[in-house]
Amino acid sequence: MGEVTIQHYLSLSAILFFIGVYGVLFRRNLIIMFMSIELMLNAVNLSFVTFARYSATMDGHVIAFFVMALAAAEAGIGLAILVMVFRNRTTVQADDLTLMRD
Amino acid sequence: MAIAFYILAFLSILGGVLMVTRKNPLSSAFSLILSLVAVAGLFAMLLAEFIFILQILVYAGAIMVLVIFTIMLLNLKREEIRETPVGKFQVVFLIIVCAACAFGFIEIFSDIPAADVATAEDFGSIEQVGRLMLGDYLFPFEVISVLLLVAIVGVVLLAKRVI
Repeated sequence: MGEVTIQHYLSLSAILFFIGVYGVLFRRNLIIMFMSIELMLNAVNLSFVTFARYSATMDGHVIAFFVMALAAAEAGIGLAILVMVFRNRTTVQADDLTLMRD
Repeated sequence: MAIAFYILAFLSILGGVLMVTRKNPLSSAFSLILSLVAVAGLFAMLLAEFIFILQILVYAGAIMVLVIFTIMLLNLKREEIRETPVGKFQVVFLIIVCAACAFGFIEIFSDIPAADVATAEDFGSIEQVGRLMLGDYLFPFEVISVLLLVAIVGVVLLAKRVI
């Protein structure tokens, strides 16, 4: 197994980020696309905290905290938009929302 | 320590993969909670005590409760959930980019002293992070509070039927 290094954490962060990218690109359910964005934000947080640990400074922790506050605001707004879309169109499929395209 | 890292990494990837592949949004949400809790464990391994607590409280707690609450509120029927099939080529392309990034990180940061970097006794503690947050980062901290206020007002405006 060997020792856990900074590269392990960064690779895991990249993998988690691309799982999120897959969700945003290829799923058509708005709720799951939204949760994929949360996963991507979380993967970036992991990178910040990793760099903080391996440079022995705590600025990364503060930035991770800001990202979390941002994610909370985004969650509130995103879900409110979701509820409103569902109320008006009775769908959460991204394919059905074509008002701007037509 | 290595074995704990591999277990937590496996759980976080498993949660993420389950999240993007499940059809039912509710099972996706629970898989995401698994992933977030596993990443919280990684934060603890990285000595980020404050971020570990916040990850459990804010991410796995507050945000996911909000998401699950919304999913249950919408109460989607099974026939309302459909997915367009994903092309094999696209998935393979994404996996290649992901692997390139992961190995790229290993290459780029291979000269960083990766072994245990010596840190202070109270590294990552609430007190130390708090001092930094209300010292050097005071202005961004205040801006974040304004952002949250704007978000609250925006949510109320959006969700209200008649204003």
